Amino acid sequence: MYIAKVWKYRFLYLLLLPGLIYFIVYKYLPMFGLVIAFKDYSAFQGFMDSPWVGLRHFRTIFDSPDMVRIFFNTLYLNALQLLFAFPAGIVMALMLNEVKNTVFKRTVQSIVYLPHFVSWIVVVSIALTVLGSEGILNSLLEALGFQPINFLTSPNWFMPLITLEGMWKETGWGTIIFLAALSGINPNLYEAAVIDGGNRWQLIRFITLPSLRGTIAILLILQMGHVLDTGIEQILLMVNSLTKGVGTTLDLYVFQKGIEGADYSFATAFGLFKSLIGLVLILGANRLAKKVGEEGVF
Amino acid sequence: MYRKSLSEKTFDGSIILLLVLTSLLMLFPFYYMIVISFSSYDDYMRHGVMLWPKQWVLDAYRSIFESRAFVRSIGSTVFVTVAGTLVDLIMTSSMAYALSRDIPGRKFFNMMVVFTFLFGGGMIPTYLIIKSTGLIDTYWALIVPGCISAFNLIIIRQFFRGIPNELNDAALIDGASEVKIFVLIVLPLSKPVLAAFSLFYAVGHWNTFFDAILYLNDSTKWTLQVVLRQLVILGNVSDTLHQSPEARMTQLEHQTPPETIGMAAVLVATIPILLLYPFLQKHFAKGVMLGSIKG
Repeated sequence: MYIAKVWKYRFLYLLLLPGLIYFIVYKYLPMFGLVIAFKDYSAFQGFMDSPWVGLRHFRTIFDSPDMVRIFFNTLYLNALQLLFAFPAGIVMALMLNEVKNTVFKRTVQSIVYLPHFVSWIVVVSIALTVLGSEGILNSLLEALGFQPINFLTSPNWFMPLITLEGMWKETGWGTIIFLAALSGINPNLYEAAVIDGGNRWQLIRFITLPSLRGTIAILLILQMGHVLDTGIEQILLMVNSLTKGVGTTLDLYVFQKGIEGADYSFATAFGLFKSLIGLVLILGANRLAKKVGEEGVF
Repeated sequence: MYRKSLSEKTFDGSIILLLVLTSLLMLFPFYYMIVISFSSYDDYMRHGVMLWPKQWVLDAYRSIFESRAFVRSIGSTVFVTVAGTLVDLIMTSSMAYALSRDIPGRKFFNMMVVFTFLFGGGMIPTYLIIKSTGLIDTYWALIVPGCISAFNLIIIRQFFRGIPNELNDAALIDGASEVKIFVLIVLPLSKPVLAAFSLFYAVGHWNTFFDAILYLNDSTKWTLQVVLRQLVILGNVSDTLHQSPEARMTQLEHQTPPETIGMAAVLVATIPILLLYPFLQKHFAKGVMLGSIKG
């Protein structure tokens, strides 16, 4: 019976097969490949035959003097993004939501979504040109009688610039999810509030913003799973010899150790350590959200 | 009639003003890129705040199109984008269709897909697997390992599920095979959805940078985004652009500053995105892509 059913659907299984092989080879084999975090991987011996070393690589992580700095850099960038980039999306969505003229609204939306589709090289290249010593920003500063600022080589400017570039690229795109939530608000609520004499600020404060609570909670929970992630492309492109001290994040470190340094086992251990922390944080945040009465993700 | 009070007008006015300013801020980098790429050496080096070049020159564009490395990288990127999008589309839609039907084991296969959202092998094990499948220094490394996005797969599967069953049943009664149903009924009905996803996949391939850094060591195989990095960020204009002495001479004669060359190259790399953008926008505006915001 079962066999007959499978035979009946043989064409569908044929369609399934390439995708299945893809998932097994490029998604599941790398998961098993994580065993090399506990081994001393050498290319000749491969995944299976390389010798076991237990937790040696994890001990190296804790003993490494760079570790505090790299964790700090990563968390600092994520804090900046949470404080500035995340609210920026909400504010932009709220502003777009207040616009009644659909032509104007659509035009603004077309403009602010556009940067999402250009590559990081394009963003960073333009940023270097705008902020460089010959760039328009420093020319403007000089014309106004100020000292030029070395944006690109100053360690203090590094993470703020990463945040600002990210905001330029993704704030507009990030409004989509909030706008979707806002379009679900019952218009009767606004009518009732207007009859009760509510002004525009009060409508935003007491109706619009509260209705975004669920969406904000979900995004924050998901964000918790990524507090140790940083956009590797952007950082790789922005970092230079003068900013590598403040610019080296966990992702960049894994890339440098693993790919550039070919220290595969150590970098894998590092990556695994990082994703386990991410997993714990996202589950913790989800629990916390449920405790304070939000829905949570899982 | 309802009249707007003064404070309401100020409120609306300031929101519109803020949105206009935001839009200008979003557009300015693109504008600046265009202006710099058409500037002459004198303009770029001597005039402080520059919003409009005294003369528009094509020196920078001449330089980049004289460069074999740059032109070659455009060719290879076009190949990766076209072939990659085709592979993505075929792989994703066929698997999505199989999972949209009630085949035995469907639940297990779905779980397999969803689990990859929660956990993955990470950069190094993935790199080693790709290395051991022999894809290093081939364009397949940019095509095969990312050919199904689990997000897109699930959205397309949901779309296929939404196709009324009566259509399938009617076709089955008429004696159509499963193959015929997929090719003659399901695929034609899904054209708009598949078109939307192919656009998103295509933009992804065109912009691929990190994978190319990871998997392509051979500099003659570099794709556009990697060549752009050499050009603009590492400042190796002479290395990448001017391999021939003649080209080097032209650069010295024209005195083209590296920044204008960089901006010209970046502009060329952005044009395809700008051309696709109206179509992209048409699709995500309809909400087709809501589920894949992160991607």
